[in-house]
Amino acid sequence: MTTVESAPAPSGPPPKQTSLSMKKALRSVRRSVDPVVGVWLAALAVTVLGWIVVTAQGGSFLTTANAVAILQNCVALGLVAVGQSAVILTGSLDLSVAYLISLGTLVAAETMASGGVVTAVIAVLALSVAVGLANGLIVTGLKVNAFIATLGMAFILRGWIEDNYTGPAGEVPVSFQRLGYDRIGPVPVSVFLLIAVAAVMWLITRRTRLGHHMYATGGDEHAARLSGVRTGRTVVIAHVLCSLCVGAAALFLAARLGAGAPWAGTEARYDLESIAAVVLGGTALAGGRGGVAGTLGGVFVLAVLDSVFNQLSVDPFFKNVVRGVVIIAAVAIYARPRRTPKAPKALKGGGSA
Amino acid sequence: MSAPTETPDTAKSAAGKAPTAATGTRIVRALGTGIPVYLLLAVLLLALLITDPGFYEPDSFLSFVKRAAPLVILAAGQYLVIVCGEFDLSVGAIVTAGVVVAAELYGSFPDAHWLVVTAILLVAGGLAGLISGLITTVLRVPSFITTLGMMLILEGAAFFWTGGSPQGVLPTAFRQLGRGTAFGWLPWAVVACLVAGTAAVLVMRSDFGRTLVATGDSDRAAALAGVRVIRVRTVAFILSGAAAALAAVLVGGFSGVSAQAGRGYEFEAITAVVLGGVVLGGGRGSVVAAMAGAFSLQALFTLLNLQGVSGALESTVQGVIVIAAVGLGAADWSRLRHRRTPPGSGPPDRTPPGTTHPTGTHNSGGTPS
Repeated sequence: MTTVESAPAPSGPPPKQTSLSMKKALRSVRRSVDPVVGVWLAALAVTVLGWIVVTAQGGSFLTTANAVAILQNCVALGLVAVGQSAVILTGSLDLSVAYLISLGTLVAAETMASGGVVTAVIAVLALSVAVGLANGLIVTGLKVNAFIATLGMAFILRGWIEDNYTGPAGEVPVSFQRLGYDRIGPVPVSVFLLIAVAAVMWLITRRTRLGHHMYATGGDEHAARLSGVRTGRTVVIAHVLCSLCVGAAALFLAARLGAGAPWAGTEARYDLESIAAVVLGGTALAGGRGGVAGTLGGVFVLAVLDSVFNQLSVDPFFKNVVRGVVIIAAVAIYARPRRTPKAPKALKGGGSA
Repeated sequence: MSAPTETPDTAKSAAGKAPTAATGTRIVRALGTGIPVYLLLAVLLLALLITDPGFYEPDSFLSFVKRAAPLVILAAGQYLVIVCGEFDLSVGAIVTAGVVVAAELYGSFPDAHWLVVTAILLVAGGLAGLISGLITTVLRVPSFITTLGMMLILEGAAFFWTGGSPQGVLPTAFRQLGRGTAFGWLPWAVVACLVAGTAAVLVMRSDFGRTLVATGDSDRAAALAGVRVIRVRTVAFILSGAAAALAAVLVGGFSGVSAQAGRGYEFEAITAVVLGGVVLGGGRGSVVAAMAGAFSLQALFTLLNLQGVSGALESTVQGVIVIAAVGLGAADWSRLRHRRTPPGSGPPDRTPPGTTHPTGTHNSGGTPS
């Protein structure tokens, strides 16, 4: 069962060289080629499988309309998951995204109803920055575990929403709804939004100093700090980036719904779903490994699954069952060789010594 | 529950000694990790007394404990999983599924004895835990994902089975555990809570408890020291699942069959455990403090109700207080950690005066000698 993996177990204390974090980042870049390919292969497999099943049932899967619908479905979760990857890479976590989306759609719709579209976009992004900043500062400054910090933030936002809104509010002008419904050729505009955001995030994580610092911080915060990385600042920025992506998702959903809705983010459980997508994409929950490309693959897998279920008109509750199984199974199959050496082979191999 | 006033001194005096433990020092050390939560609990209980002088009448206090019981039991179970370095997000779903399954069982066998149904639920909960545990340990799926998947599966299955809206009636005999009283005054839920709490404390004092903490501290070291890490962790998951099932019986007794029965309980349980000073990631913290965390959370809810904080803002206040409480607790932790780690690793940002000494940090079991 436990074939020995060649992953080096970092046993001794890391040597204090400035280049260490960079090396580490580079190594993780090289390694992460694997799971990205894996997840996209999985996405391909799911697509082919879904195609076969749906066709066997007499439906048609690979139509343009359906493909467009799948892409469209990717957008909201994709935006959130891309942001979530940034925090998870840095070794943190964000459970407040669902309520931030809800609040974002409400703020967007209300501001658009009274003011202009531009003001609304700025307001939502400012809200996002504020929430992300708060999350990051609580995590780094108060040293509250990210799980609790962002969960607490989720509670705060939830109370705020429930206190001020009872139902859908505000109105999104038709001009802004085009973000949700327009297409360029066959491709929805919103997909370009997702691609743009993902590309920017990819550039940030892979090509900038900040990105390397994020990987280093997530890999080993202590080592990163000793190497001169301002880990606190990095975590805060990661949280802000994440919240900005969530703000983009909120804007998209507001355009899609035509109004703000208190359940916009919570009903689809974007908090847990986005984390599932990130992990499906091969990013280690502990941080330091993985990336945006894999996350997009994870999102795509979930969207294709959703589409297949819809085509087969599977009971929505049974859908959840299958989805749970798929998430566990997928992570078990291909994320396995990449588990951090935290759960070493010694556990099984020579454990009973 | 009333000890914290005199702990700091004793803790300080015990600090220098080696962890060869007389029972007294062991208790003090156990308190050491959770001092913030005991203070928090004391403050909240005091606030409750001021807000509602009738709160400490036996009846209303017992009913407070009764309402806290499911969360306390869940926190005890969650503690076992967290202290060995994992998460269990599926407990809320187990509660929901447990209530629904009980109703369905009674739908098919109206004459079933309540003990049988309860036993079936406990076994089923343990089974769910066993599956989560095996997937986490053997297949090495992060427990966050495993139990998240388990949550989706259980909730989906419960609703799928009942067609989306759970129905049915739980007979009075079954609901007795949740709402009935023994001898006319002692709610059974309190008894269940006490039993579960005692069991949890005993478990943590046994060899198994030690290995559990050691596993959470460093599973590699534990494995090299001869701990069967996989087995220990799996058992923790089983116990957590069974605890969730017991909570399901209580919740079913309180509020009957509902699709929302267990919603949010997983996060509340984790919050309670963390409030108790237990470190996510494992290896630190005591089960008593975790249960005190659950009591604190319930006391907070009660207080917010009494204060008439509008229902909606309640969660905002809850969020702020949870962050603040954990932040205060973490301030001590970080200071200790800085002291232990090599110098130059960040400025000591906050140094609250008179904080307790680092007794609790290196908890029992962490260093097998």
